[in-house]
Amino acid sequence: MTAETLFPLVPWVVLIPLAGILINLLAGRALGERGVGLVASLAALGSFAVSVLLAVGLAQQPEGQSLLLARWMSIGSLNVDWAFRVDTLSVTMMLVVSGVGTLIHIYSIGYMHDDTRHNGDPARFRRFFLYLNLFIAAMMVLVSADNYLMMFVGWEGVGLCSYLLIGFWFEKGEAGLGNARAAKKAFVVNRIGDLGFLIAMFTMFWAFGSLSFGEVLPRAAEAAPAVLLAITLFFLLAVTGKSAQLPLFTWLPDAMAGPTPVSALIHAATMVTAGVYLVARSLPIFAAAPAAQSAVLWVGALTALFAATIAVAQTDIKRVLAFSTISQLGFMVAAVGMGAVVAGMFHLITHAFFKALLFLGAGSVILGMERGHERHAQAHDGHHGGFDPQDMRFMGGLRSRMPVTFWVYLIGGLALAGVAPLSGFFSKDEILAAAEQVSPAVFVVLLIAALLTAFYVARQLALVFFGQGRSEAARAATESSPVITVPLGILAALAAVGGALNLPGSHLLGDWLHHTVEPLVEAGFNPLTAGIALVIALAGLGLGWLLYGRSPLTRAEEPDPLAVRLKGLFTWLRRKWYVDEIYNALFVTPYTRLSQMLAGPVDQGLIDGVVNGAGGMARLLGNLGRSLQNGYVRSYALIMLVGVALIFTFLLAR
Amino acid sequence: MSINDFLAILPVLVVLVTGVLVMVADVFLPEGRKGIAALLSGLGLAAGLGAALAAVPSTGTAFAGMVVADGFSLFLDALFAAVGLVGIGLAYDYFKRMRLQRGEYYTLLLFSIGGMMLMGHANDLVMFFLALELLSIPLYILSGFFRARLASQEAALKYFLLGAFSSGFVLYGIAMVFGGTASINLEGIVAAVRDGSANLTFLLVGAALLVVGFAFKVSAVPFHAWTPDVYEGAPSPLTGFMSSATKAAGFAALIRLLLVVFPALGENLAPVVSGLAALTMIAGNLIALVQTNIKRLLAYSSIAHAGYLLIGLVAVNSSAAGDAVAAMLFYLVGYAIANLGAWSVVVAAEQAEGRGLELEDYSGLGRKYPWLGVAMLVFMLSFIGVPLTLGFWGKLYLFRVALESGLFGLAVIGIAASLVSAYYYLRVVVYMFFRDGEGVARRDVWLNLIAIGSAAAVVLMALVPGDLLQVAAQAVLRVP
Repeated sequence: MTAETLFPLVPWVVLIPLAGILINLLAGRALGERGVGLVASLAALGSFAVSVLLAVGLAQQPEGQSLLLARWMSIGSLNVDWAFRVDTLSVTMMLVVSGVGTLIHIYSIGYMHDDTRHNGDPARFRRFFLYLNLFIAAMMVLVSADNYLMMFVGWEGVGLCSYLLIGFWFEKGEAGLGNARAAKKAFVVNRIGDLGFLIAMFTMFWAFGSLSFGEVLPRAAEAAPAVLLAITLFFLLAVTGKSAQLPLFTWLPDAMAGPTPVSALIHAATMVTAGVYLVARSLPIFAAAPAAQSAVLWVGALTALFAATIAVAQTDIKRVLAFSTISQLGFMVAAVGMGAVVAGMFHLITHAFFKALLFLGAGSVILGMERGHERHAQAHDGHHGGFDPQDMRFMGGLRSRMPVTFWVYLIGGLALAGVAPLSGFFSKDEILAAAEQVSPAVFVVLLIAALLTAFYVARQLALVFFGQGRSEAARAATESSPVITVPLGILAALAAVGGALNLPGSHLLGDWLHHTVEPLVEAGFNPLTAGIALVIALAGLGLGWLLYGRSPLTRAEEPDPLAVRLKGLFTWLRRKWYVDEIYNALFVTPYTRLSQMLAGPVDQGLIDGVVNGAGGMARLLGNLGRSLQNGYVRSYALIMLVGVALIFTFLLAR
Repeated sequence: MSINDFLAILPVLVVLVTGVLVMVADVFLPEGRKGIAALLSGLGLAAGLGAALAAVPSTGTAFAGMVVADGFSLFLDALFAAVGLVGIGLAYDYFKRMRLQRGEYYTLLLFSIGGMMLMGHANDLVMFFLALELLSIPLYILSGFFRARLASQEAALKYFLLGAFSSGFVLYGIAMVFGGTASINLEGIVAAVRDGSANLTFLLVGAALLVVGFAFKVSAVPFHAWTPDVYEGAPSPLTGFMSSATKAAGFAALIRLLLVVFPALGENLAPVVSGLAALTMIAGNLIALVQTNIKRLLAYSSIAHAGYLLIGLVAVNSSAAGDAVAAMLFYLVGYAIANLGAWSVVVAAEQAEGRGLELEDYSGLGRKYPWLGVAMLVFMLSFIGVPLTLGFWGKLYLFRVALESGLFGLAVIGIAASLVSAYYYLRVVVYMFFRDGEGVARRDVWLNLIAIGSAAAVVLMALVPGDLLQVAAQAVLRVP
């Protein structure tokens, strides 16, 4: 098999998941739950297999290739094709998306079997896998596109899937609206970012006359600096939307309303990293606009710190992970902002492993809590009001009840904290090493964020797994089935040894990506930085252990030890610095008021009057025309004759 | 005459010969086995389609200059054969259900298709007339196919009388052109204009009369009055076929005449065609607003779409002529697919004695038959020209041609008219999905296949409009 025969397979990374959708759509009812799950998982696996074949091809011909599938549109000078880009950067993303995606598909078979029954609608099992396959297809379009417009198709496609899956239980949540509202929030906030993408594309077409990577990127430096600044800053807006950076990060915590596999796949491992991929892909443009580069860098660094501070005060097991995701995305965005593409992509990959692991582990914990809750309720025939299986205050002591989940969660947590030799240590260290070369201020900010990361990891581990169970559910929780624990085990292995991808000295990933993008900053291994990072991580873990692990909470009502020490500040952290409230007061409320004003007097009075008037006028004319249509052949012939007479009068009068 | 002459119009011959065969075979087919006639016709059309796709456009003429076989005519051959195939699919179950399964239907349909194909090949004014009559006369008969139904008889008679009237204009136009140039062959006419021996006044009068005659066939306002009555009275499968194919045949004649034969008259004819376009778009869409019968609604919709297409016709004498023809062919294909699909839903929903054709009868249909409902939604969106459908690209290309050739006003009217059309198209969707009702539809495999296949084509082909436009752009006309 040579590269020439392997590269043309690339459309299949999109087509196989689409085929999965088609099969499940047409035959899903006949296939049953097992069949649906199997077809969907095989579709994701097929996509992964094709990605592996592409990687094999790239090993022989690392410079890659662009493959035209079909002409899309050709209007004037605008020519856009359905074309795929096979190079080391895109194939790396494909491998991550389909690889992690496949594991999460398998996990979902077990998870959604239980989840649909807890929520009382097993018929939605098939719908979940249709959406999940659609997501894989859209994400593959995003990462395999050869031009920005096709990338935008994928960008919007994953946004749609995100919306559909956040609101998967759209009739559930607070007041029966909570989940639907969370989905809407994600959609609207993302739309702001997407507008940035669109404007960036318009500007790019105006400046370069093309949207294809092959034509724009090599000529990036030719455009005027102001134009480049506009393109890059609007791209940055798109990145802050999709990758949940300051100031558009607010949708991601709410997105945890979706089922846990969705949080793992879409809102941790893959979709939210699309912004990082966008910057990495567009690096030549960013490199030509240094001001935009430092903007990206600082947005990433500040987000990393800001989200980490919030994460330390959350009580919902998934929300901690959500803010941790925002914070880690901040690390990646900062890295690609510096131009340290390899470090950013490295962290993207390891983060996909350990954060997917943590989310799926959290899902296993939630299922265990729910099983415990049900067992207890059956045994005592009692009903517990207001039970929240995601609240860490009701957990505790799960280490002995769910040993497998505990061990894999521990590995994921330590990788996230950056403890050597787990994968997170190496990738985070590369980012820190690059930051140290570029800007000492950023380096310090990221170090503090890393300290807080280790702290909230320790806090979470202690609250969930150590001490004693603080509710009947926690005391009765049981381990999950193998369909859930086996994917967890695989991910744990990847999270543990993922650092091998780019070990200091071997630089496998670095050499691989060099064929496509030339990093501006070479993030080498710096023993001193690595030492500092490790000390910081251990310090954070130790601090967390001191507060939460040494004398564990015994009752759910006990105040958080951190709250006792920080007092008012803790409330600020727990309420996420009141950002949601500020946005509501600044944008949402005035906008709603304006809408009400426009909807009431302006629309119903003025505009409806005009429109109804025009509509009435049109109907009047239509009725007039209809009255000419009286059914008599002689009048029809007369109408024709009048027409002919008019034409000839006109022609002769000229 | 050599073998090459016959090869040039092979698709036409295949279809016409099949028509004769079906007519003979029909005599021997026992009552109740008339489905075989449909099968035979389908095979003949498939063969015709294959012949059209396999043929290589030639630069010369055949039969002593009477016909051409250029890319344009071969493109249309394929279109007519494909539309005919779908037309048979529409008819097969319908006539069985209405207890009117007869072989003549398919014979006459094939003759009409042969006439349409010939229209694309015509290179001589007499050929144009022959093709026009060959395509029209079977349609007159077929419109009255429900012999027992008064509306059907009325439709046939009206269509015949007004059709004869319009044929008169065509014939008179041919005479005038002959008077002006002493030739009825397109090459002779072009040569006469070129060397200055032509009488331009006669030529102009003749050309205007020809435009009027064919404007009748494409139902341009004010030559449209027959359309709603005939479309309503004729059997639904025929209307579906007719509204897709006859329009294309009429435009085939108009494009060849205006582009090849009368470019010198462009300055005089363009305002006339512009006026027709504007009037057709406005009147078609406005009167459609107040229709309550689905067949009449689709009839006015068909008039409205002729209006958009006429914009392209105005542009064929501008510098953007190539783009204009490609855009029109593209639009015709997109319209044919969506239109046939929409008519398949109409045929499925129609009940005995012509019931089930009011919009009220569509209440709740979409929720009861989700596949048909979603398909109909796709067709309506495509008619409006909403993105992600073929109709969007069709309108985009047409309006762009309009802007390129400076027809700013027509483009604005077209966009405004599309906006108005959303009201009546979406009303169908509202009835199907948001009203409660007892609507019932026929579950027939061919109808479902046509509806779903067309909907899929409308959406999937919209993903690669560039490729389709490329094909249309290669369908060039032979210019003597």
